[in-house]
Amino acid sequence: MTSPATGVTGVTDGTGVADRLTSLVAALRAHGIRIGTGETVDAAEAVAALGLTDRELLREGLAATLLHSPAQRPVFDPVFDLYFPRGVGAPEGEAAGRDDLRDRLASALAADDRALMGRLAVEAVDGYGGYGSSPGSDGWSSYQTLDRIRPQTLLARVRDEIRARGGSAGFADRLLEDEIRRRIEAFRALVVAEARRRVAERRGRDEIARRAVAPTADRVDFLYAGKAQVAELRRAVQPLARKLATRLAARRRRAARGSIDLRRTLRGSLSTGGVPMKPVLRRRRPARPELVLLCDVSGSVSGFSDFTMLLVQALHDQFSKVRVFAFVNRVDEVTGMLVHGRADPQGLGSRIQAEATLTGWHGSSDYGMALGEFAERYGDAVGPRSTVFVLGDARTNMSDPNLAAVRQIRERARRVYWLNPEPMSSWGTGDSAAPEYAALVEMHECRNARQLSELVARLLPV
Amino acid sequence: MFTSVDDVAARLAETGYLASPAVATTVFLADRLGKPLLVEGPAGVGKTELAKAVAQVAGARLVRLQCYEGVDESRALYEWNHAKQLLRISAGRDETWDETRTDIFSEEFLLPRPLLTAIRGDDPKVLLIDETDKADVEVEGLLLEVLSDFQVTVPELGTVTATRRPFVVLTSNASRELSEALRRRCLFLHIGFPDEELERRIVRLKVPGLDEALARSVVRVVGALRAMDLRKLPSVAETIDWARTLIALGADTLDETVVRDSLGVLLKHQEDVLKATAKLDLDAL
Ligand SMILES: Nc1ncnc2c1ncn2[C@@H]1O[C@H](COP(=O)(O)OP(=O)(O)OP(=O)(O)O)[C@@H](O)[C@H]1O
Ligand SMILES: [Mg+2]
Repeated sequence: MTSPATGVTGVTDGTGVADRLTSLVAALRAHGIRIGTGETVDAAEAVAALGLTDRELLREGLAATLLHSPAQRPVFDPVFDLYFPRGVGAPEGEAAGRDDLRDRLASALAADDRALMGRLAVEAVDGYGGYGSSPGSDGWSSYQTLDRIRPQTLLARVRDEIRARGGSAGFADRLLEDEIRRRIEAFRALVVAEARRRVAERRGRDEIARRAVAPTADRVDFLYAGKAQVAELRRAVQPLARKLATRLAARRRRAARGSIDLRRTLRGSLSTGGVPMKPVLRRRRPARPELVLLCDVSGSVSGFSDFTMLLVQALHDQFSKVRVFAFVNRVDEVTGMLVHGRADPQGLGSRIQAEATLTGWHGSSDYGMALGEFAERYGDAVGPRSTVFVLGDARTNMSDPNLAAVRQIRERARRVYWLNPEPMSSWGTGDSAAPEYAALVEMHECRNARQLSELVARLLPV
Repeated sequence: MFTSVDDVAARLAETGYLASPAVATTVFLADRLGKPLLVEGPAGVGKTELAKAVAQVAGARLVRLQCYEGVDESRALYEWNHAKQLLRISAGRDETWDETRTDIFSEEFLLPRPLLTAIRGDDPKVLLIDETDKADVEVEGLLLEVLSDFQVTVPELGTVTATRRPFVVLTSNASRELSEALRRRCLFLHIGFPDEELERRIVRLKVPGLDEALARSVVRVVGALRAMDLRKLPSVAETIDWARTLIALGADTLDETVVRDSLGVLLKHQEDVLKATAKLDLDAL
């Protein structure tokens, strides 16, 4: 477990370690992980107790002392790789030929030897990932490495190799291909980490740590969230909803205390000779507000809409009524589906697509058509007590934005807000009608779960 | 308590607990830094078992606080034995009320609960606070207090301070997010599903009749199920149960029929069973 080959390189003395640790902590903080001095001291003690000879133990030790939840781990690992790299510089020895490298990778995949796969990833990036006038002069690319090594094309060969040595007989043989696919996926991840490490060596770790590491789930851009991140976001819905419910309740209490009712205060003061002794507070009407959600669920923004719908559903008892409408280029009410969606949030998006009538003769979103249909068919869902949220990127695919429909909705509702998952800087570019809509209703940029929860806490009526 | 991470792993293994490097490292640090260990992870990955194994290695007494909804101070910390106090009062010796009162609030009438038990006395102890997430939020305040100072105040008796701090393990299934303050007190360990090799060693250790080839197939099938999009993924506990079932059925290799008939041991939801049946091609019979 403690051979020199597995240790951390580039750190030789005590001050080196302290500096690394401080920078690591700073980088983690920049990613929104809260780390106090207490944890930093613990981490330093952990390094002292574990030593530097085994990098994986050090990784676990630092994770144990610095992190507080599993959601932080995907941020931690790549940052750790940058500050406590497996190696520095390039591997020694001649660059191997591509076929030779692929041969050895095939054996490593067949044996599921993760350590060897790690070393081959280093070799692969070194030999095939550099670009520029001389290899590596301008940078290192995992994409280019994988494009040249093509690990996915080794599947059949690895499978046959395993079968040939009797490594997969009987029932479990049917699992073999998927197992190999998962190993190849792991190799790809190793290549990505190695390329990132080399770029860091060139460009300075701090900058890479800031830019190249995937953010925690609540900061992931809705528009670019991968499958795993979407799943993680979904798990965040319930805790987030609970937090928001508490905040809404607090706002509601504050609002209920209300402002001073001057007329009734003065009337009450008649008995004290006109001196207003007891201020009378105006009571707010106790009825809870109504919420209407109008969501673009077309492919481009569906992650965002799904998440928001689930969040609102989780908050439904905060309102007297919640109605949810989904559209692509036609509108349909999906309130009922959402209630059942609680049991199976993964399936929600696809069920809405399957069961609701959302598309007419073409499949791309048409805001003008959808808004018009909503105003016409479901206009009575919106009244003076309702707050309407429109969710979508306002990309009309070049069709008429139908501003009249938006005006009509605005006139009937108490408030209308538009949440746009695109960065404000791209509003109005290409086919985006965001500026036109924003001129009519209050539009907010809402790119990630963090922004969404801030907006929800601020804008939701109480 | 331990000389190195390897030492932790070796000694836990002697008790029948096979620790991953992450587990061994964190246990080693919790001991070195003298901090409570918060272990989170899905059901059945060996969180509770870890605390028991540490106690055994340390030759320590395991004191367990099992949390549940509604657990309170009188269950977690201490309680006065009211029945006994009443008896004592009605026995009515010849003495003033003040004397009686002093007497009935003495050690003899105290019922110590796990948190108090764990910090009293000089013998080594492991305090297991199991399924912390099931307890109400107020209990966390209590835990925080005890785990910060390792002292407990009983108004009638005074303050008890630990002369020897217990090794503390808190477990959680993360059904509820524990407070930031409590997390900060602890070293954090997430135990996920073990890798193939470790899981194979665990089942072989727990199910002695299982040969290497069958163990390998068992773990591979479980691994495949975990890669599926199921409501509840099978854990180590289910792998062990399944292996035992296979032995009981007299199966020495896997085939469609055996797997299909015993899938219910691994998967608890009917819809998961259906999904897995399809994906593993078991319905083609
Ligand atoms: N690393 C391991 N070494 C030995 N046995 C293990 C290991 N991991 C799990 N087990 C076995 O798995 C079973 C379940 O473990 P345990 O009850 O500790 O799980 P748990 O994580 O506490 O689950 P829960 O959250 O349901 O309480 C036990 O029988 C235990 O022996
Ligand atoms: Mg348990």
